[in-house]
Amino acid sequence: MIDTLSRMIRTGILTETLPPLKAASPQVDGLQMDLRKILGRALCIRHVDAGSCNGCELEIQALNNPYYNLEGVGIKFVASPRHADLLLVTGPVSANMEEALKRTLDAVPDPKFVVAVGDCGACGGVFGINYASRGAVANVIPVHRTVTGCPPSPVAILEAIRSVIVEV
Amino acid sequence: MNMTLDSSGQARQEIVSNLPCIYTKVGALRWRRVADNLRASGARLLTLWGADDRDRDGRFRIYAAYLVKEGVSVFEHPMEQGRKPTYPSLAEIFPCALHMERAIHDLFGIVSMEPDHRGWLRHCGWPQTVFPLRRDFDGNTKFSIDSQPYEFIQVEGDGVHEIAVGPVHAGTIEPGHFRFSVVGEKVLRLEERLGYTHKGVSKRFEEMLQMEGHRLAARLSGDSAVAFSWAYCAALEAITQTACPPRAANLRALALEHERLANHLGDLGALGNDAGFAFGLTQFSRMKEDLLRMNASVFGARYLFDFVQPGGVAVDLPDRAIRLLLDHYLLLEEGVSSLRAIYDNHAGLQDRFRDAGILKQDLAERLGAIGLAGRASGISTDLRVDYSYSPYNRLKPKLVTQSTGDVAARVQVRFDEVFESVRLCRMLLEEPVAGPIRMECPSPPPGRLGLGLIEGWRGPVLIALESGPDGTIRRCHAHDPSWQNWPLIEYAILGNIVPDFPLINKSFNLSYSGHDG
Repeated sequence: MIDTLSRMIRTGILTETLPPLKAASPQVDGLQMDLRKILGRALCIRHVDAGSCNGCELEIQALNNPYYNLEGVGIKFVASPRHADLLLVTGPVSANMEEALKRTLDAVPDPKFVVAVGDCGACGGVFGINYASRGAVANVIPVHRTVTGCPPSPVAILEAIRSVIVEV
Repeated sequence: MNMTLDSSGQARQEIVSNLPCIYTKVGALRWRRVADNLRASGARLLTLWGADDRDRDGRFRIYAAYLVKEGVSVFEHPMEQGRKPTYPSLAEIFPCALHMERAIHDLFGIVSMEPDHRGWLRHCGWPQTVFPLRRDFDGNTKFSIDSQPYEFIQVEGDGVHEIAVGPVHAGTIEPGHFRFSVVGEKVLRLEERLGYTHKGVSKRFEEMLQMEGHRLAARLSGDSAVAFSWAYCAALEAITQTACPPRAANLRALALEHERLANHLGDLGALGNDAGFAFGLTQFSRMKEDLLRMNASVFGARYLFDFVQPGGVAVDLPDRAIRLLLDHYLLLEEGVSSLRAIYDNHAGLQDRFRDAGILKQDLAERLGAIGLAGRASGISTDLRVDYSYSPYNRLKPKLVTQSTGDVAARVQVRFDEVFESVRLCRMLLEEPVAGPIRMECPSPPPGRLGLGLIEGWRGPVLIALESGPDGTIRRCHAHDPSWQNWPLIEYAILGNIVPDFPLINKSFNLSYSGHDG
C-alpha cells in the first residue's frame, strides 16, 4: 500500500510539471477569466452523439486529459441536459437520433447554446444527407457555432466553446 | 444455375481476399447443413450480408463468411425474387447471426425463418415497406420520423422493475439503449437496442468511386479508422490484383499498432476511472495524448483517418521519426509497467475488476465471441497470429489470452497487448524496408467480389467489396466485431449489480457506429 501510494504521489507530481501544460496555460487562463466574468460559475456541457463515427468523441474525451485540463478552467461535462448550459453535438444527425436530439435540447434550460462538432456536425461530412442521415446538426436544431475538422483538435473545440460564451 | 453473372455474362468463379479464401454456392438446405458442420469443426461466423442482384439475374443473394482454419470460407445462397425472399436462419447454430439477420431484413426485405422480426437498424426513420439497399430505392429519398414503441421482452415477478438507459448516455459516449430488468440492484436481464447511429453507410458506398471509398471506410468507427481503411484497401487490392509495396505494408502495420495502443491506453484509464480510481484516467490519458501528439509529429495527424490509401499509404515516415518513436516507446513501456504494478496491487481496484462481468469460455464459445473480448475468455483467435498476411507473417505476433473472462481479464489482455504492440512497432522500425509507399490501383472489371480482413484493436474487421462498372462500387458491406460481441454483454451482466454496468460495458468497449453502419 505504501509502495502504491508513494508511486502515485511520485507519478502525480510528474504529470503536473509536464512542459506542454505550461504552453497551453495562457490560452486556458483567458478562457477561465471569460467564464468567471460572464457566468460567474462553471460552464456545464452536455455532449450528445447524434450519429457520429466516434472520432469526435475521442477528441472531446481528450479535453479532460491533464494537458487540456478542462475542469481546471471551469468547464465540466454534466450527466443530464437539465444541468447543462451548452450542448456539444457530434455527427451527422441520424434519422434514428433526430427525436432524441430534439428532446435533449428541449430538456436544457434557457439560455442554452449549441456547438456542432466536426465536419459531419458542420455540414454532414462524408456521410452527407440520405434516407438515414439528416446531415448537419443545423438541419435539425439551431446551432450557434460549428467546429470543422475530422476530427477537430481539442484546442479547436475549446476555442469554439469559448467564442460562444464570449459572444453571446 | 445458381450463379452470379457479371456484366459480361460470366459466372463468378472466385472471391478474392488478403487471406486464403474458399468460395461455395449453396442452396437453402445446404445453407444450414454447412453451418452445422462448420460449427462442429470450430469455425466462427464472421458476418452475413445480403445483395440485390435482381437487375442481373432476378435474384437476391445472401452471403455468409466464416473463419476456418485455412482462412475465410464464403457461402453464397441465391434466392428467387418472389414476394418475400426467404432463407433458413443460422441463429440457432450461431446466435450472433440473429442481429445480422434482423438488419438484413431491415435493409433488403429478405427474411430469415427466425421469428424475431422487430426492426433492428430501422427504428422510425423509414417505413416498414421500404428497403433502402434494394437497387430500385433512391438513397436520397427522405421520410419523416414515425415514432413507434419497441417491444422489449419483459420479465415478470414480484419486485421486478425496469431501468431504461439511453439512447443519450451520461458520458461522452455513443448512443444506444439498454433496458435492464432488475430486482433491487441485481440485474435479471439486459436487452440492448442498437441502430441509433445508422447513417446508411452501405448505400453511401454505392454512390462513391472505388478510389475514394477508403475515406468512408475509415469513418465507419473512428476508433478503428486504420483497421477499416486497411480492410477496404485490402479488398480493393485483392480484386485489382495490386500488391501493396512492402514499405507501405510496414507503415500500415505501424499505424494499426499505434491505433491499438491509443485505444488500449484510453480504455485502461477509463476502466480505472469507472472503478473510482481517477488517478488511472489521468495517467493513461496523458500517455494517450503523448502518443497522439507523436502521431501528429511523424504521420502529420493525431488520428490516422486518411493514412491508408488504395495501393499503399498517404505519407512516408521521415527518417528522423525512427529515433523519436523508439525513444517514445521506452517512455511508454516504463509508464505502463509502473501503472500496471499499481493497478495489480490496488486492492480496491482489483475488488471491482475481479469476478465482475464474467463471461466463461464455454458460453463465449457458444455465443461466437471474437477479438479482444473473446481472448479474455480464452478464445484464441487473432488474425495477425492465425493467418499469414503481410507484414505480420514476418513479425510473428504473440497471442495474448486470459481464461477468467471477467473485467480483470479484459484489463490484463489490454496490458499484455500494449507491450506486444510496442514490440511489433520496434521490429517495424528497426528493420526498415526501402521502396515506394504507393502503387497505382487499376480499375477492375465489374462484378469482382473481394474481402479485406484486418485484426483491429477490437477484433477482426471485414470489408466485402464488389466492383461496379467504370471504377464504381456496386456493393460494399462493412462488418465490425461489435456485432458478435454486443450480445456478450447481455450475458456478462447477469447476476451483477446495475452500478457495475458502466465498468463491465467499458471493459468490452464496443462500437455503436461500427455496428449500426
